[in-house]
Amino acid sequence: MTFKIVNMGMNHESAPVELRERMASDRESTALALSYMRESEWIREGLFLFTCNRVEAVYTTDNPSQAKDSMLSILSRIGNIPEEDFISNIYIYEDAQAVKHIFKVAASIDSMVVGEPQILGQIKDAYYNAAVNEKTSGVILNRLMHRAFHVAKRVKTETGISESAVSISSTAVELAKKIFYGLEGRKVLLIGAGDMAELAARHLMGNGVKTLIVANRSFEKAVQVADMFKGKAVFFEEIGSYLLEVDIVITSTASMDFVVTRELVGNCLRKRRNRPLFFIDIAVPRDVEPSVNDLENIYVYDIDDLKEIVKENTEQRKEEALKAERIVQEEVIRFEKWLKSLDVVPTIVSLKNKIESLRKAEMKKSISSLGDLTPSQIKGIEALTISLSDKIINDLIRVLKSKADRSSKDVYLDTTRELFNLDPDNNEGK
Amino acid sequence: MADIFYKTALFLVFVSTAGFIIYIIVQQKRFFRWAYISLLVGFIFHTLFLAHQYYALGTAPVIDLKSSLSFFSWCIIGVYLIFQLRFGLMVLGSFVAPLAALLMITSVAIPAGELTVQEPMLKSVWLTIHVGTIFIGDGVFAITFMAAIMYLIQERGIKKKTRGAFYSRLPSLETLDAINHYSLICGFPFLTIGIITGAIYAQYVLGSYWRWDPKEVWSLITWLSYAVLLHERLAVGWRGRRAALMSIFCFCILLFTFIGGSLWLSDYHSFENLGGWIG
Repeated sequence: MTFKIVNMGMNHESAPVELRERMASDRESTALALSYMRESEWIREGLFLFTCNRVEAVYTTDNPSQAKDSMLSILSRIGNIPEEDFISNIYIYEDAQAVKHIFKVAASIDSMVVGEPQILGQIKDAYYNAAVNEKTSGVILNRLMHRAFHVAKRVKTETGISESAVSISSTAVELAKKIFYGLEGRKVLLIGAGDMAELAARHLMGNGVKTLIVANRSFEKAVQVADMFKGKAVFFEEIGSYLLEVDIVITSTASMDFVVTRELVGNCLRKRRNRPLFFIDIAVPRDVEPSVNDLENIYVYDIDDLKEIVKENTEQRKEEALKAERIVQEEVIRFEKWLKSLDVVPTIVSLKNKIESLRKAEMKKSISSLGDLTPSQIKGIEALTISLSDKIINDLIRVLKSKADRSSKDVYLDTTRELFNLDPDNNEGK
Repeated sequence: MADIFYKTALFLVFVSTAGFIIYIIVQQKRFFRWAYISLLVGFIFHTLFLAHQYYALGTAPVIDLKSSLSFFSWCIIGVYLIFQLRFGLMVLGSFVAPLAALLMITSVAIPAGELTVQEPMLKSVWLTIHVGTIFIGDGVFAITFMAAIMYLIQERGIKKKTRGAFYSRLPSLETLDAINHYSLICGFPFLTIGIITGAIYAQYVLGSYWRWDPKEVWSLITWLSYAVLLHERLAVGWRGRRAALMSIFCFCILLFTFIGGSLWLSDYHSFENLGGWIG
């Protein structure tokens, strides 16, 4: 290969958040970075990715050291930071390493929260900017990015890396989805207020929950929270009657006693016609009497239960990341093979062109000397010559392709070029 | 010829069972697709086999244990294929296919006897309707039973907070409860019609609607158990675990009626008296 694929960037591990923020301060940065990259004479193809956790530049170049300098100066201009202030936070990968890194980023193995799904969308946007808006990507990067999407898809379907929830609120949502047939149109009762309870409520609403009812010892606070979620505020004393109609209850009061007792819930079972009811108790000390969980069709998860699940899932994700790593490795090898096959392409093309031009010239000569021929006869001769020339070069092409990733490739290419006289100018020079 | 049909069907159901088991372990959709297609093709071969038997015997092929088991598994698979279209619940196959495969291989293991139908009363269209509706009902209740087992597994995992290997593989509790409920409502009319047509058939060939034959009594007990469950669900509002346990109990009675009633207890319902060879 005469060119190199290079990946220069910084992520949540290599750079502090202040630095990453400065780099990605502007929405227009991507377009600007891409246009700088296009201007640079050392960079052939370029692609730029900004997210809150990382900055990644990918480019191909014939001259790695010059390209590196011009890329650093681009980053410096974009972030308006002197080079020496961020040079130690930068990582640079080349060729296989670069391909591997990009694949890992796309598959969300390199993410801060391993397996989070947003990164793939961000990478697709970055690719769209490079390929369509700024037209800075070419054959190599286009192929690289398409393979990266493919890797991401494989990792998603073949490993459990993004399967299980790794936060308290997403765990609560996941559990709710295992109890209820979808969350659309469900009613949630929020008892007490607090950041984590609100986060859980927000997560549930993001998953289709329509109605939120807020109860608080201070009615004023209840109204305030209810307004935030376009919900309904009720008196604390009304909890009992609202238990009849809701599906999910989130509790997080500062109360020292149980707010939801077994008696309170037990009384509403029959009136609810045994519909399932799910309590998410985020409060410490607990708000829901533990024995409520023993009631039929009632499920209570407290903060310790949820934390336990988060812990398990995080462990599990780490294991799955190993599987994902293997998939990435596999795909890197495949991509490299493709890259190498590019080297034999020019020879194959000129071989085909040469044979085709010979065939056409000979056809022309013969047709005029053969005299009157019917169109079907001409067609027959045409077909004969085409199939003959195809048969002659087919094996040749097959051999060249099979040598594409071998070290003996150059010998085969040179021999072919010489045998078929594909570089007439050179030979005259010799 | 018929033998080849059945063997092909059996082979495909086993392939399908393997596919469904792989599917529930690795959870990749392509395995489900293979499993589903082989089950469908196997079902078609099984249908050809039954059609051939019907033609050869001149009546529904249900007069000995061997052919009854084969017919029962055919009904279960048929009902499953329909439920799959209706609910699209892929994991259900991982529970139903092994059951169907088990019944089919049991049927093969029973040595084949000389099947001849001497009594002209058995060559009646009423027999086909009577047995056909009852077996379809049984097939639907097999789905009720499987959904109940799936419900109990999933419920236990969530209630005890252990979750376990099935947690991510099984659908939500409400989905499983809905399948249990829906299949109960579907199966009950078939069982009812089956018993009524049986009574009419008895009047027609034996001269009385009801003869207190042990199988008739047990069928009535089965019917009453399901009626209680249906009543509790619709009128009292039972659901979830209690309904699941009750439907498992009902299915056990159903199986006892089917096997016990045909082999050990029965009078004129027994396979021996039907002319079949009980092995």
